[in-house]
Amino acid sequence: MILTNVENVPGKQIVEHFGLVSGSTVRSKHFGRDFMAGLKNIVGGELKGYTELLEESRREAVSRMVAMAKGLGANAVVNVRFSTSSVAAGAAELYAYGTAVRLE
Amino acid sequence: MFDLIVFLSLILLGYVFGRANEASHYKSIRNRERASRRMEINCNKAIDPAWNVVAASLVTGSTAVSVDYFKRVAASLRNLFGGRVSAYETLLDRARREAVLRMKEEARKLGATMVINVRIETSSISGAKGNNQSIACVEVLASGTALKIR
Repeated sequence: MILTNVENVPGKQIVEHFGLVSGSTVRSKHFGRDFMAGLKNIVGGELKGYTELLEESRREAVSRMVAMAKGLGANAVVNVRFSTSSVAAGAAELYAYGTAVRLE
Repeated sequence: MFDLIVFLSLILLGYVFGRANEASHYKSIRNRERASRRMEINCNKAIDPAWNVVAASLVTGSTAVSVDYFKRVAASLRNLFGGRVSAYETLLDRARREAVLRMKEEARKLGATMVINVRIETSSISGAKGNNQSIACVEVLASGTALKIR
């Protein structure tokens, strides 16, 4: 499965469009991470626990999108976009969407 | 009295460690930016037909950062008078550059020579509620299409 965030796949020809595919996940941080982040908040800098959590969740959202594209018979997703929104305090939604296509 | 001591020691801790942290982070950012200068990144979608693209793939880089206690207090004081809040400016600058560097690193691992259509997105992630010291942090995500050109 090829993913790109431009309208096509450079060097390849698109033969069929399947429309929008998307995947999302809502995650919250567990107490331990929140606690460590609270400590880290005093000295500032990168919150490694959060970075990992968000990376993990984004991968999950992308894999759901890819599964949906596969189900349609696509072999690539173009114009992939991400969006993150915080739903409630302590929980964030990660959303990935794009256009499923088939390459020759 | 006790509260005041805690408050002042938090400010002091934040100031000392936050400053050291920021200085070392900036140093590492500058070094890595110099090392990865040969990887071209741009925000265009256009592909030169002369390029022989052999592979294309989505690459991302992200980072979640927060400010130190001292800066938070300084920023809330700044709120009274308005104007540039430089405490937060450096935070976002660091986060963006770090995210772009991570994206470049991922592209380098794939053997790509350039990244096109780079998008940088910032979102604020608020932490646990309940206590008034909620964890305020921002996440920056950089994404683009890595190209392997022969």
